[in-house]
Formats: sequence, C-alpha cells, structure tokens
Amino acid sequence: MVDGKNQSLFKDKPIKILLAKPGIDGHDRGVFVLAKAFRDAGMEVLYAGLLPTPEEVVDTAVNEDVDVVALSLLNGAHMTVFKKVADLMRQRGIDDIALVGGGTIPDEDKPLLEAMGISGNYGPGTPLSVIIEHVTRRAEEARLKKLR
Amino acid sequence: MNDETNYYHEKLKEIEKRYSKEEDERLKKWRETTLKNWEKLTNPVYKDYENSSGIKIRDLYTETDLPQNMEDITGLPGEYPFTRGVYPNMYRGKLWTMRMFSGFGSPEDTNKRLKYLISHGETGLSVAFDMPTLYAYDCDNPKSEGEIGKCGVNVTTLKDMETIFDGIDLSKVTTSMTINAPAHVLTAMYFAIAQKQGLDLNNVGGTVQADILKEYIAQKEWIYPPEAHLRIIRDMMTYCTENAKKWNYISISGYHIREAGASAVQELAFTLADGFYYVEMGKKAGLDVDKFAPRLSFFFNSSINFFEEIAKMRAARRIWTTVLKEKFGAKNPRTMMLRFHTQTSGYSLTWQQPLNNIIRTTVEAMAAILGGTQSLHTNSYDEAMALPTEDAVKVALRTQQILAEETGIADTVDPLGGSYYIEWLTSKMEEEAMRYFDKIESMGGILEAVKNGYIQREIAATSYKRQKRLEDGKEIMVGVNKYVDEDEKPLNILRIGKEAEKRQLERLREVKSKRDETLVKKTLDDLKNAFLDENKNIMPYVIEAVKSYATIEEISNVGREIYGGWKEPVIV
Repeated sequence: MVDGKNQSLFKDKPIKILLAKPGIDGHDRGVFVLAKAFRDAGMEVLYAGLLPTPEEVVDTAVNEDVDVVALSLLNGAHMTVFKKVADLMRQRGIDDIALVGGGTIPDEDKPLLEAMGISGNYGPGTPLSVIIEHVTRRAEEARLKKLR
Repeated sequence: MNDETNYYHEKLKEIEKRYSKEEDERLKKWRETTLKNWEKLTNPVYKDYENSSGIKIRDLYTETDLPQNMEDITGLPGEYPFTRGVYPNMYRGKLWTMRMFSGFGSPEDTNKRLKYLISHGETGLSVAFDMPTLYAYDCDNPKSEGEIGKCGVNVTTLKDMETIFDGIDLSKVTTSMTINAPAHVLTAMYFAIAQKQGLDLNNVGGTVQADILKEYIAQKEWIYPPEAHLRIIRDMMTYCTENAKKWNYISISGYHIREAGASAVQELAFTLADGFYYVEMGKKAGLDVDKFAPRLSFFFNSSINFFEEIAKMRAARRIWTTVLKEKFGAKNPRTMMLRFHTQTSGYSLTWQQPLNNIIRTTVEAMAAILGGTQSLHTNSYDEAMALPTEDAVKVALRTQQILAEETGIADTVDPLGGSYYIEWLTSKMEEEAMRYFDKIESMGGILEAVKNGYIQREIAATSYKRQKRLEDGKEIMVGVNKYVDEDEKPLNILRIGKEAEKRQLERLREVKSKRDETLVKKTLDDLKNAFLDENKNIMPYVIEAVKSYATIEEISNVGREIYGGWKEPVIV
C-alpha cells in the first residue's frame, strides 16, 4: 500500500478502483499495465471490459461502490466521451466517487477536463508512482465523503 | 497429442541441436588474457544486456556461434528457405514500396493528404480509418459522436470511398487498407470503385488487413464472435482466389500485437501462428495451398532494438518457408515466400522532446530495410501525440528517401547475412518462436489459446515487465526516464475538429435521400440468405449491397442479427 495521509481510511477496505475505456477504442495496453500496478499497490481493481457505454461505466461504479473511476482513451475522443461520464455522474448527484483520466490528451485539453472534475489526465511515459499517488489522494477524498 | 504437435516439437529439438560447438582454444585464451586484462583497466558498464524478448546478449559472437548447418538453413536470396530475402537481387530489382499510413477527418481531407504524399514521391497508398468505421458503426450512430475522423478517415457508405479515391487511378497504384472486422465491406467498396473506373478486378492490386485473430489478441476491433469472422475471411479467400488474383485479402499482422506490449519473439510467434491457422482454414475450404497461400502477406513492427528486429524478420521468413513446405505441403516457392510490410514502432516514440522521434524512426526504418521488407511506413515525429501534420509526415517520407537514395543501405542483398551475431540471433528467435508454437499446439491451437485469453495474458505480462524495467531504470527512454527536460516546448499538432463530423452527417443524409430503398432492402435480404447458407460465398452479395449505397452498419447488422457480438475473456 502506498503512503497516504489517511492510511487508516483504507485499513478495513482497500481502495476500490474501476478502470474503463468508454466509447469505441481498443488500445488497452495502458489500462492493463495500470490494472496490474494498482493491484500491486494493494488496491481492489475492476475493469469494465471493452466498449462500455458511459452509462454502463457509471452504473458499474455505483453498483460496485468504487472510490475511483479511471478513464483511459487513446483515440482522441476524450473531450466528448469523458465529458459524457462526468455529466452523468453530476446528473445523478454522485460526489463520493472520484473521476480521473489518462491517455493521449493534449496539454490544452487538461484544464478543460479538470473543470469537468476529471483530474490526472496523464500521458504515456508517466511514472506509475505518480499515477498511484494521485489516485490514492483522490480516493481519500472520495472515501471521506462516503463516511460523511 | 496429435501429429501436428509432433511437428513443432520435433522441429524445436532439431533447432536446439544446431549449437554444439564449443569455444576453441584461441577464444578461451582471448577471454582469459586479453579480455580479462582489459576489464581490470576499465569499469564495465552496468547493464543486464537483455533484448525485448528476454534473450541475454553475450559480449562477443564468433564463428563458433553460427548454426552448424548454416549454409543449408540460410540459403541464398530468392531461394529456399529465403532467410536472406524473397527476391534474388532484392532492392536492386525493386525498391521497397514507400507506403505512408494516412487518413483523418473527412474523405476530402484524406483525398488531399493522399495526393500530397503521391506528389512528394510516395509509391503506394495506405488508408487509416476512424474508430466508428473500424467497428462498423455509421457516422450517425450515437456511439460515433466525437469519434468521427479522429483516428483515421470515416467511411459510412460507398460515396465516402469514392471521395477518398477521387482523381486517383487505381490501375496505377496499389492500396493497403487497415481494416479488419468489416474488411469485406471495404474490399467490396474498393472493387466497386475499380469497376466504375473500368478495371478488371484481376488487375486491381492492394491489401486489406482482415486479420481477425490478431484483433482478438491485440487491436480489439471485432464485431462478431471469432467463428463468424473466420467464415467471412474464408469467403474473401475463395472469392479473391478466383476473381481478384492480385488482391491480398489478408495481411497477417504482428504490428498491433507488438504495440499491445508483446516482445519481438512473441510478435513473431503469435503472428506466424495466426498465419498457420489461415493456411489450415484455406485447406479446409478445399483450396490448393499453392493457389491461395501466395497471396497471404504479413505486416511487422520494427521497434528500437536494432539487431533484434533484423533477426526477427530473417527468422520469420525461414520459419514460414519451412513450415509451409514441411507441414502444409507447399510445392511452389512463391507459396513459401513471406512478403511483408513494416511500420516503425509507435510505442517507441515519446511525446517528450518529439524531434528525437525522427532518430528513433530512422533506426527502426534501417532495421526494416536490413530485414528485407517489401514495403515501409515511417512514423512522424508528432505521432506520440496525434495524427501527423503535413510537415511531420513529409520528414517521415523523406527519411525513407534519404535511406534509399543517399546511404547505400540498399545496394547489396542482406548485408548483415553471415554476421556471427545476426545469424546466432536469427536462429535463437526461430527457436523461441518454435517453443511457443509447440505450447500453443498443446493447448489445442491458436484459436483456443486466444479464446481462453492465454495469448493476451502473455502479452500483458511482458508489457508490465517492460514498464517495471523502465521504472527501475533497467531500460532507458531518452527524455522520459533519463535526460529529462524540465520545460517541454509545446508542439504544433493536428487537431481534428467537428467539421468532419458535420460533413459526414450531411453526406449520409444526402445519400439516404437519393438511394433506392427497395434495392437496399433487397441486397441486404440477399446477403442475409447467403450468410445463413454455410456453403454460399457472401462476397458477391456484399458487393451488391455496397453498390446500392447500403451503409457499413446496415451491412454489418445483417451479421450482428445472426451471430451476435463477442465478449473477451478476462485478461487482468
């Protein structure tokens, strides 16, 4: 388990994360590497499989009561498809699940995604430790909200 | 255990026997004196000297590392077993085809890019399609929103293909299309255009990828369960063998397998295993191996470990030739030739310090040429981030032209043939691939190994291992985990806006308003009946459907209703 300020938050139940590639994109190398890395870091990892709709991603996240949803796209459609997931979460009033993203995301898109509540947005070549640290921090926020 | 298991198993034992020479006195003396004394004076560089395939590389290779029967297993160029090249004089007779993978936005954008590349000396066309096209969804399907023209050009109806090839004479150029699940639909569209240009299909040259096994393994763009796609490939095989003799109806691809994380040996083994499956399929369909197998072509990746890539390509030729002859009974040398296209590795490129990518691509292109490729795509320096700009793609094309015309790299056949290291490594790659074939056979064949997820898990494991090696600094990517720049200057990249989507939606509305709906319905009904009769060939019906301007999704839905979709096994 990586260090976090609120280690005790995850003592009984580790961070639960859903990895998803919403939309139509088969580039799954990165998402598989992350699945293994998150698991090695002690998280409980779910993968939404290929080609889930944004609705399916949000449904799974809620049903499985995850802390974090991590979205990955390498097909250039993130501004449309990530947004659909973020919009759905907002419409359903879900605020105790953190949303993070990654893939081939140009720099100028990152602040726009941040504004939608999607953080991280790391590209290829990012050290796994950086991603794990970020996910852990977002998971802490989500878990605290769940415990309200 | 059946006979087929025995073939690869026996072959493996035969290869293992190739090395039994021991280092002679002269070498032992060199190691104990010259090398040892030198090492005392110097600090050895720490590195684990391991290539992507996990093969340990020794400090020196000499004649004792050459396989014992080297002349027999290597042969001369243009002769069995084609290790040194498929043609006797290789690039002195015909330079590799410079074929730049291109496609983005609307058909008009792509038509313009193709003409730009032709005007700058490109010698073959290669078209990239967007995600909706690859998965056979129309541009007006809600799933396609935001995806139109992003990863390639969008094709919804024949009208789009007509626009892409507008003003391009299909009798003068060959076209490769990276399309798999709906390859039969795109092939039908291309044939329809060729016929409109007044060409006999037997004179139309080109390639569709149509390698569905590697889709389940790596690229993950399928529509139906494997058996349905394999039936479609069988029909393309038989149709083209009769009616479009120059059409490469399948390009057996390792490229995506490698990009998905495989090592060079895994790319080699899984690609050839897919190839052997298609040969078996053709034979089962009653075709003569010497009639259909000559049209099977390949597509490999060229990544950054220079000698490993060259050895992989040389080994690929030798394995294919040997197995086609010994196991599948091929008699015509043409049947046994492994002809291939190469693309430099996208994964090896970095978005950090993007100009460095020009150097990576150059080294990879050199490996492809020294490996004896028949055609080559070189990536552009901005492709870690986006599809390439015109300026970037020109540098990539010029890289090939400089290599071809300035450097002398193509002046003689297989210049590295006979190199102790290259010959040892070629044989080693062959051995490791054979080990995989043996294992895959024992699992019940490649289709089984893909359906149960074994192949995908092997790749994911290698990919994770490689990532860990990068994290640990055991492998270096300049600009990523070493020599990092604190301030990256932003690069001007190609952005694909909403215009392409708008244009495609308008065009589809127009096509639908003009087409004969009764005819569309009839061609789709006929196609359905052909699908339902296992003994019928669907290709003539697909061509008719395309000509009626039925959409790619309407045509694919005929199969979706019959076969359903596919859910992949658990990989991680």
